[in-house]
Amino acid sequence: MQYPVKLAVAVTLCPERPKMAVGEKREILLGSRQEVLLTGSGGQGLILAAIILAEAAVNDNKNVVQTQSYGPEARGGASMAGVIIDVDTIEYPKVASPTVLLCMSDAAFRKYLPRVAPGGLVIVDSTFVHGPYPKDFNIYAYPITRMAREKLGREVVANMVALALINAACCLVSRDILKESILQRSPRGSGEINLQAFELGYRLYEQGLESDWGLSAQIPQ
Amino acid sequence: MPDVKPVLMQGNEACAEGAITAGVRFYAGYPITPSTEIAEYMAEKLPRLGGVFIQMEDEIASMAAVIGASIGGKRALTATSGPGFSLKQENLGYAIMAEIPCVVVNVQRMGPSTGVPTAPSQGDVMQARWGTHGDHPIIVFSPASVYETFYLTIAAVNLSQKLRQPVVLLLDEVVGHMREKVLIPEMGKLMVEKISDQVPPDWKPYDDKGLTPLVPFGSGHFYHVTGLYHDEFGFPTGEPAVVSRVLDRLHNKLEQYRHEITFTNYIGHKEPRVGIVTYGCTVRSARAAVKKAYWQNRWPVGLLSLQTIWPFPDKEVEALARQADIILVPEMNRGQLVGEVERSVRGQAEVVPLNRYDGEMITPDQIMEQLRRWLP
Repeated sequence: MQYPVKLAVAVTLCPERPKMAVGEKREILLGSRQEVLLTGSGGQGLILAAIILAEAAVNDNKNVVQTQSYGPEARGGASMAGVIIDVDTIEYPKVASPTVLLCMSDAAFRKYLPRVAPGGLVIVDSTFVHGPYPKDFNIYAYPITRMAREKLGREVVANMVALALINAACCLVSRDILKESILQRSPRGSGEINLQAFELGYRLYEQGLESDWGLSAQIPQ
Repeated sequence: MPDVKPVLMQGNEACAEGAITAGVRFYAGYPITPSTEIAEYMAEKLPRLGGVFIQMEDEIASMAAVIGASIGGKRALTATSGPGFSLKQENLGYAIMAEIPCVVVNVQRMGPSTGVPTAPSQGDVMQARWGTHGDHPIIVFSPASVYETFYLTIAAVNLSQKLRQPVVLLLDEVVGHMREKVLIPEMGKLMVEKISDQVPPDWKPYDDKGLTPLVPFGSGHFYHVTGLYHDEFGFPTGEPAVVSRVLDRLHNKLEQYRHEITFTNYIGHKEPRVGIVTYGCTVRSARAAVKKAYWQNRWPVGLLSLQTIWPFPDKEVEALARQADIILVPEMNRGQLVGEVERSVRGQAEVVPLNRYDGEMITPDQIMEQLRRWLP
């Protein structure tokens, strides 16, 4: 008799996984290997977010490789950062087909969406990427940059909001370890606001998708 | 090393950290993508350790400063990328001729000229070998991971001191900018080779008898340093017998210590049908392919990764060719080291190049596709 192998254990093992929002069904590609791709434009802090995630994964005793690709500009232009987290050794360092994709610009969304692994999770910043979204992907839209601006008054911390959303959805690393590495890697004096942004991201996730907020829904405080 | 904590480190940072661990206390350079992080790291760390960091006006001057510091008794290093490496060639040749130890890091980017600054390439393999004129010897290392970068930088500094020979560290953009988990031992836990401080009584700066230690300028010994062919005291000469002896000595040093210079690594089947020979970041793709082909599918495939590319590890490649029918050489250029592989194989196997030069890495799938041509 053959037993079907289920890899869905990893999610249930993660103690900090927040409650699923109402009506939400999510299938994340599971296995030990996670390929995270953060895409958008230069200046949004995607590479810093990737470094923070990678460092947290190291502190969480996992193997990790972080790569990036960007143009010669300091701001603007396409920017992409990848993080591969695995318990096995990682040979090929680039993200070929992401299991988790974050898109913070429309151009990036159109470029990287076809590369997502089957069943992979896509988080988009609805501030820049407007719907309607293709139905055949697991796309979850949150107004990441708008929330950072409205709640914290700083758009630059949108990367931490996004990082929190990704970790809330996929439990890549422990939440406390991630917070620690945010404090370590943040530019001097910005640790506090980055942590606030991180908490905002978790609240956004618990609140559920923007499309479910409705007219009476409270925007998370 | 039990008390070592894993850290996340970039290839460039690991190179700088390795240099500091190996005792480098002088850095002169001119920042250029994708090597800038080495300069940044050195600028932050060196002054605290009593070292010197100088940003020079260009790459020519930074190479000259490194040579000057080295002959003054400091372990010195400089880092650059393709366009800057071209400028360093003249003084690199001077360092080879005058037998002054130094380490030049070249984080390769897409060329020719300014090319694509942020795209990876392995186009400087032949430049690293023959970039400076004359029939010179050179040592070139090409690491494939952050860990290898750290240890090969230490080896480069030690070897350059021991052999009084410039060493080129040929990183590529992928390895230089990649962040990985590495174990870095605490300062002072690694062996740093040092040639004796005591100068033998009959010391001559350019002695033919084995390795001669470099006695720093200003320590009481007077000698002449020149890029011209010179006698054992450093004074210029054009005498045919001396000229050929000097060039022989430069090459013999490397041949004599080949076992200490040549680093290669083999994984895979004991008697492979297809052997892969590669270096730098392409090793990563090849390793992923071998994992799939050999460890999962049990195909007779092996991978010889070269950490040392010059002097070329011809014996190792020939040993592989005696067993394999086909040697696959993936490279991120239009085929540079493949010629050297062909020379070493001497017709004992078919050599097949796999080239990619669009600013992207060779993927494991590309290598698998090639392997499928000969294997089930």
